[in-house]
Amino acid sequence: MATVPMEHGLILAGVLFVLGLAGVLARRNVVFTLLSIEVMLNAAGLAFVTAGSRWEQPDGQVMFVFILSMAAAEVAVGLALALRLYHRFKTLDGDAVREMRG
Amino acid sequence: MNATFYVSATVAVLATALAITRPNVVHALLYLIVSLLAVALVLYTLGAPFVAALEVIIYAGAIMVLFVFVIMMLNLGAQAAEQERKWMRPTTWLGPALLALILAGELIAVLAGAGGEATAARPIEPKQVGLALFGPYLLGVELASMLLLAGLIGASHLGRHRRPRDREGGA
Repeated sequence: MATVPMEHGLILAGVLFVLGLAGVLARRNVVFTLLSIEVMLNAAGLAFVTAGSRWEQPDGQVMFVFILSMAAAEVAVGLALALRLYHRFKTLDGDAVREMRG
Repeated sequence: MNATFYVSATVAVLATALAITRPNVVHALLYLIVSLLAVALVLYTLGAPFVAALEVIIYAGAIMVLFVFVIMMLNLGAQAAEQERKWMRPTTWLGPALLALILAGELIAVLAGAGGEATAARPIEPKQVGLALFGPYLLGVELASMLLLAGLIGASHLGRHRRPRDREGGA
């Protein structure tokens, strides 16, 4: 059975990561920023799994599990912060909190 | 197997590109779920069935449900999508998109020049993953559990409703 070259998996991971990066840079809405960060974390996990598949070792998948739990914790705290932002400023614009007044 | 990889990779890239450009948050979420399911298929073709199942259950399931719940709680109307459209002027996204495109081009150029190493012909079984996870990586599992606990406490603290009197004094 012919298998996929490792480089193609890594290119896919790179393209997905760059798409997430562009989303973080271009969007002002904090929910979209969090979504883009999810895309980037997912792409990093994909790169780990691809490399793990190349050397036929389970370590890549183990790292993916760690990234997954980290993403879950990050998104829980991030969305709670987005809710607080919306309740206080009535907007999801990340620029609304740039003054850092308490 | 190869065709499955390339088709689902194309779907993943297209769905992600649509997800980060939609003005409506719910549309973006639906595209992102499609993208995550496509990445799960990619993971399966790369010989990682356990991680593919986790991708569907936790990413496309739990994390996206969290996003949907928060968007339901925010109760955004049509004017939110209108505001997003106003923020998405070409002057706003052209610079970042161009720079990201340059980085992507470099990455692809570097990777395309490499030797074409084949990935695993046999899938890596969940048993191997479990043995590695609870063997050499046991400390990592403990750290992940601490991180999840910290995330739980942080989210419950931030999500707590405060009375107006408290808001005047603290925070």
